[in-house]
Amino acid sequence: MIYPYIPHTDEDRKRMLASIGADSLEELFSHIGEDLLLSDSVPISHGKTEDEVQRLINSIAQRNVKGIPFLGCGCYDHIIPSTVKALSSLPSFVTAYTPYQAELSQGLLQAMYEFQSMICEITGLDVANASLYDGANAASEAAALMIGAKRKASVVLVSRTLHPFTLQVLQTWAEGTDNSLRYLEEKDGVLDASMLESLLDEQCGGLIVQTPNRYGLLEDYTGFADLLHEKGMLFTICSDPLSLAIQKSPQEWGADIAVGDTQSLGLEMAFGGPSCGYMAVKQELLRRLPGRLVGASVDKQGRRGFTLTFQAREQHIKRERATSNVCSNQALAALMTSIHLSSLGWDGMVEAARQSYVKAHYLAYHLAQLPGMTLVWDKPFWCEFPLVFSDAKHMRKFLQELRNEGIWAGVRLAQLTRQAKDELVLLVAVTEKRSREELELYLAAARRVMK
Amino acid sequence: MSKILENCRYSKDHEWVRVEADKAYVGITDHAQHELGEIVFVELPPIGERYQKGEEISTVESVKAASAILNPIDGVVDQANEDLDGSPELLNEDCYANHLFVLKSFSVEEYEALLDAKEYEAYLATL
Repeated sequence: MIYPYIPHTDEDRKRMLASIGADSLEELFSHIGEDLLLSDSVPISHGKTEDEVQRLINSIAQRNVKGIPFLGCGCYDHIIPSTVKALSSLPSFVTAYTPYQAELSQGLLQAMYEFQSMICEITGLDVANASLYDGANAASEAAALMIGAKRKASVVLVSRTLHPFTLQVLQTWAEGTDNSLRYLEEKDGVLDASMLESLLDEQCGGLIVQTPNRYGLLEDYTGFADLLHEKGMLFTICSDPLSLAIQKSPQEWGADIAVGDTQSLGLEMAFGGPSCGYMAVKQELLRRLPGRLVGASVDKQGRRGFTLTFQAREQHIKRERATSNVCSNQALAALMTSIHLSSLGWDGMVEAARQSYVKAHYLAYHLAQLPGMTLVWDKPFWCEFPLVFSDAKHMRKFLQELRNEGIWAGVRLAQLTRQAKDELVLLVAVTEKRSREELELYLAAARRVMK
Repeated sequence: MSKILENCRYSKDHEWVRVEADKAYVGITDHAQHELGEIVFVELPPIGERYQKGEEISTVESVKAASAILNPIDGVVDQANEDLDGSPELLNEDCYANHLFVLKSFSVEEYEALLDAKEYEAYLATL
């Protein structure tokens, strides 16, 4: 059974190139920089059949190593009920591109509406959009909103304890928009709250913080909202939404904007993406909220229906004065989150968050007894904690030995930040999915290495 | 035929300005409200801020479009018409009785440079 992979003949290609006025395939790609083009051809020799290529690729895939993940840093291995895949893989959801005549797709609009409602419930805020690309994207949209809401603001205050990738995206946003970031430094693993007031001035539009923060530690924002609001500034909190089942909500901290990433709610780790960002705001910021927004209404016959609403905010109406350039969302990923949450219910979400908490604390407590590693800052955390090694040699050996046991022991923070101060920090994440046996396996291996 | 009042001056962006004592009342003209259609939201400026002439000071959103209101004369916002918060349709019902905001310490020169009723009427005829 031999098929060519591509049905076009050389003659077909020539005709296609001729009709668009290009002499060769190379010419078609000539506007792409040479450094971006593949210089060597794909290492599969010509003349192989589809079946042979499949075998080759399978043999490469088999070199992947599976392990028990204690990896986090913004991407976690939580239990996902089978309803998520079963329902979200329906062709009517999977193959649907953005509905241009949106109201014809009532099912999709309802799913987005449910997503928005659940994000509001979780964050405690009044209105949420139908999702953004990911958590970092949502944070940059929060920055844009805060700048837009305050006249003559050009500075966003950000905590150094934000996820490293979120900070990078914010830096890119600031560069591209002629705004700037000002940093609230960290102290003992959390932001230095004592510095806040001294950093606020006329140019400042607001503050972005994160809890659990980049180390997995929980932060205390007592008094922040009052201080910021007094000066006419806004307050944004980034959170893992699952953590909000058991920690204070952004609304309870007095935040105006809540953002984050819904990966922990029904999305596979999938090598880090695609993910889905959420964004919720207080009612008075509704018209500054970016992205798509679905509303509930009634049709001519009085039946409940759903519609895209408040589109005057968006760029197809407001052009260059739009609140944002985001004109899309992560509908399929948001749908997975909606199905996940509907399957778990509020009690299930609390249970997942609590179990993650308890299991992470069990592991952390026992690891802290071992020589050569500490929970250096002794701060409250949820499902992830920073383990700091006494030296790099120990850390390497620890990671290698546990890997030999089939355990991915954690993420080296320096891999994400490339900063010397993070060299000895290992972030260990424990979700409700890790069994007692897996925790004991981790501990037994750790005890062997760190004796 | 658009309604034009004799006691106002006008900008080419279709705003009216009416001076009462030391305050300047600013609103949108009959032509503007008609062009916008059903108005659903008005974003008002913060009190106490100084805006220059031509600066975006407010937004009027209709079912068709969201339009920026450019400040017609330099001045400090003294009051914003909060009746419009819950009832933006007032601008459709009577755009001259319902102002957007009031300026104090405004530029008299810039006010006098605005079109008078006759000039505005002539200007509309060219559109």
